[in-house]
Amino acid sequence: MPSPFILDRSSVTQIMAWVLVALLPGIGAYVWLFGPGILVTLTLATVTALAAETAMLKARGYPAKPFLTDLSAIVTAWLLALSLPSLAPWWLIITGTLFAIVVAKHLYGGLGQNIFNPAMIGYAVLIVSFPVQMTQWAGPLELTSLDSSGVHLTLAQSAAVIFGSDLPKATLDAITMATPLDVLRTGLHQQMTGVGFEWLAAAFLLGGLLLWALRIISWQVPLAFLAGIWLTAGFLHFFDAGRFGAPWFHLFTPSVMLCAFFIATDPVSGATTPRGKLVFGLGAGFLTMVIRTWGGFPDGVAFAILLMNVCVPLIDQYTQPRIYGGARKEPRA
Amino acid sequence: MSRELFTFKGGVHPSGHKEASNTRPIHPAPLPKTLVIPLRQHIGNPAKPRVSVGERVLKGQMIAAASGAISTAVHASSSGVVTAIDEQPVPHISGLADLCITIKTDGRDEWIPHAPLDYQTMTAADLRLRLRDMGLAGLGGAVFPSAVKLDPGTAQTCPTLIINGGECEPWITCDDVLMRSHADEILQGTAIMRHLLGSSEILIGIEDNKPEALDAMRAAAAKLDFAVEVIAVPACYPGGGAKQMIETLTGKQVPSGKLSTDIGIQVFNVGTAHALARAVHHGEPLISRLVTVTGHVLRPQNFEVLIGTPMHLLITLAGDREGMSGVLMGGPMMGMPMPDLEVPVIKATNCILVKSDALFPPLPRALPCIRCTRCADACPAELQPQELFRFAKAGDFGRAQEYHLFDCIECGCCSYVCPSHIPLVDFYRYAKSEIWAHEKDKQAADLARERHEFRLFRQEREKAEKAEKLAAKAQAKRAELTATPAASGAATPTEADAKKALIAAALARAQAKKAEAAPQNTDNLSPDTQHEIAEIEARRAKILELARQPLESEEKT
Amino acid sequence: MLTAILVIVGIGIVIGLTLGWSAIRFKVEGNPLAEKIDAILPQTQCGQCGFPGCRPYAEAIAKGEADINQCPPGGDEGVKKLADLLGVEPKSLDESHGTPKPKSVAFIDEQTCIGCTLCIQACPVDAIAGAAKQMHTIIAAECTGCELCLPPCPVDCITMVPIAEDLPHWKWKHPVIELKRVA
Repeated sequence: MPSPFILDRSSVTQIMAWVLVALLPGIGAYVWLFGPGILVTLTLATVTALAAETAMLKARGYPAKPFLTDLSAIVTAWLLALSLPSLAPWWLIITGTLFAIVVAKHLYGGLGQNIFNPAMIGYAVLIVSFPVQMTQWAGPLELTSLDSSGVHLTLAQSAAVIFGSDLPKATLDAITMATPLDVLRTGLHQQMTGVGFEWLAAAFLLGGLLLWALRIISWQVPLAFLAGIWLTAGFLHFFDAGRFGAPWFHLFTPSVMLCAFFIATDPVSGATTPRGKLVFGLGAGFLTMVIRTWGGFPDGVAFAILLMNVCVPLIDQYTQPRIYGGARKEPRA
Repeated sequence: MSRELFTFKGGVHPSGHKEASNTRPIHPAPLPKTLVIPLRQHIGNPAKPRVSVGERVLKGQMIAAASGAISTAVHASSSGVVTAIDEQPVPHISGLADLCITIKTDGRDEWIPHAPLDYQTMTAADLRLRLRDMGLAGLGGAVFPSAVKLDPGTAQTCPTLIINGGECEPWITCDDVLMRSHADEILQGTAIMRHLLGSSEILIGIEDNKPEALDAMRAAAAKLDFAVEVIAVPACYPGGGAKQMIETLTGKQVPSGKLSTDIGIQVFNVGTAHALARAVHHGEPLISRLVTVTGHVLRPQNFEVLIGTPMHLLITLAGDREGMSGVLMGGPMMGMPMPDLEVPVIKATNCILVKSDALFPPLPRALPCIRCTRCADACPAELQPQELFRFAKAGDFGRAQEYHLFDCIECGCCSYVCPSHIPLVDFYRYAKSEIWAHEKDKQAADLARERHEFRLFRQEREKAEKAEKLAAKAQAKRAELTATPAASGAATPTEADAKKALIAAALARAQAKKAEAAPQNTDNLSPDTQHEIAEIEARRAKILELARQPLESEEKT
Repeated sequence: MLTAILVIVGIGIVIGLTLGWSAIRFKVEGNPLAEKIDAILPQTQCGQCGFPGCRPYAEAIAKGEADINQCPPGGDEGVKKLADLLGVEPKSLDESHGTPKPKSVAFIDEQTCIGCTLCIQACPVDAIAGAAKQMHTIIAAECTGCELCLPPCPVDCITMVPIAEDLPHWKWKHPVIELKRVA
């Protein structure tokens, strides 16, 4: 094996591990706001993902080490779990995870080969197939506490809800609500801000900044994505503040922050050139707002990312950077 | 001192390990019993042997001369007898053999008469020819013939001359110790370069991890009668690459596909400057160089080594240890594993790095590319290594070339940072050599097409010429035949008669020829030879018969 | 109605004249497609395709008279390139025209050669030097390895020598990355 004979210490496992670590603040905020139910969701998604990954690796003849230990399946599982409504039923979690790992990842060739973001494919399949279950959110603490003391469902209670809806119907109705975007859509705009979603968003932002500081993600994608959201929302808000939410409201939704730092930054399915990353982020932000505003789904993040995934080869080709000593000219088609 | 420095994009910071070998003084390596001197040590055409087997040669005697525009001579590193001119293993990753001259040394180390050159009174062209005959080539690693680089060409002058003391590769310290101990000679060489290139600005770039070398060079530069700037540049691999050094010192980038001289800059390694000074001021051709022997040895250090010395000798000299897991020529980033330790030290050998599993753990297995673009961030050529990898792996060499594969300097930064541990550079080397092979095939095909077309043209022409000749002959004969009867007043012969006459004449001619064609020189031979000749004649007759068949049928068609 | 017909006819005439004029003005000499095909063919001039040389084969492909898989020296790679150029599906080599062999050059055993010039006449690229009753020799740099000189040789003194790998011809191999277990 020829040179070089030395490597720095980076590895895929290390990158994936840092992504998981960076998600912890967000998960913490989630637990604080929505109760420990998310932990059940995360565990279920992780177990499903690892099982599916093991089975697929075996079926495709790949060794478990280093492919299972690269942690990429767990990252997919966590991202999907965090995108799902809290207290989503177990079969929803399993279906989404299986689809993400088996179809979106392995049937496309496994690690590094998937053209679509697996977590977003899982999410898109679920929201298209099970729109009702996917839009029922357990509201934040202040709104959904079973009694006025502000205590939400315990871990056991959450698990019970996830695995079989043991709770009386009335209780269930009491703890579920539409997402802020749904609320906005139905005209109750602006009232939902300040109830906790933005704290979740801030926690994701914190984790994202950690990834940026570690140079695991580049600044281009998150910044461009947030700029895309902010500019589009600001434009709409400027023309009709009554119909369209304020740009800051859109920016500080958890889905946007999660996407900006953890989903849009997925290297495998994203653009690779510096300018391409800017285009990718801006496009995804713009599409997110377009789908949020005029689309049939409450949130457009997943579809925006998938649509931009399709454009990646084109974006990369037309944004090739100038090389050392090169003229400003892109390679021909 | 306070010169504005620029930074090139990319680069990595592997740990240097320079202190392992740069504290010990330079030791001359002992004279080996045999020297194996390859004729292809430099870029360009291999040198052509000028000695024969059995001939006694003296130290410094040219044993092979430069051939072609880009080439340089090769010299005997010591006195002795040429015992072979044949293919020997050379320091190349393939393990293939190449033409070498083997000299059995006589231990007397007897110099050929040599004298300093008075370079200031010589014409530049003469001086360059002398340098070419002294075997000068770049000692930084590329081994480009120096005489070619010292020609400013049509531009007449090369305004900026950079002496490269970067030495950014980990482990290697031969330039470092050379600058510490031979700063004056390096600057003497620099003065000759300045003379030949007509440079007005002379910059010496040295990485700031070599403070002793910087001090020594600054002290030496202060004694000169012309201005030389000795500049400390930040240590960053591959900051010692010529293009990177140019950007760091001047902020200019060498345009892709062009030479640094196109923007008025020429770069030489400090080792080359030293060798140039030895050649001009002492008349010594390039027969030795400094080699760092380091890594898994007892006493890592630098040796003054005669070209052609086998590598294992140096490893023994530095103290070989148990657990050797391979030997590299060069550093860990760009060095090449040596298939055999019998191979000689050549002009390109800056370092012999002995590996062990502790110092250089086996590389972990590769994972698929996750397109994280760390390679692109590290690439000093500002390429998109992940795309090049994709194209090279898929065999899409055309696209790889469109994505500037040939701007890759194979520095290894991309492989170094790759979290998937993909041997990226390997893929680029593979793609490059495939493209070169295709190019060669295409040239061969073009030549074949041209020659085939010419053959077709020639056959047509020959046919036409033959027909013309025959027609002219027939005309002449006819005229002759018609002329005679006309004179004698006989009846005009018919066309058929004329033809008959022609045939008769031809037959007579043929018969005469046959009688004439008796063997002349086979009369007084031994019976054995006679017999042999008879056999050959018989074979010939048979072949003639065989040959007539296809030829006749061809003529009919 | 009449206007419509007149307009259509008028347009027809104008376009027809333009086309006719362009056909004369921009007349293409030779066959550019055959040229492009010829550029892909290896120029061995071996005739294994059934045509007397690469150019005639290229012309036959261009006319649709020959298939793209009749050139063994070009190999599967050559077939693929032709398929790309012509926009057709690549197919495997037609074995009836021969199989690809390692690149070789002809070598004349000069002890056996009788100087009959038959091979010189057979060589499509004039890569054999010699004259009647003189020893012949191959100009290795110009030999395409077509083997056309082998059959006419009456004494079988010509052999094909595979080109040995030397330093200038050495190639980096495709790196092996073992991702999965090899069965």
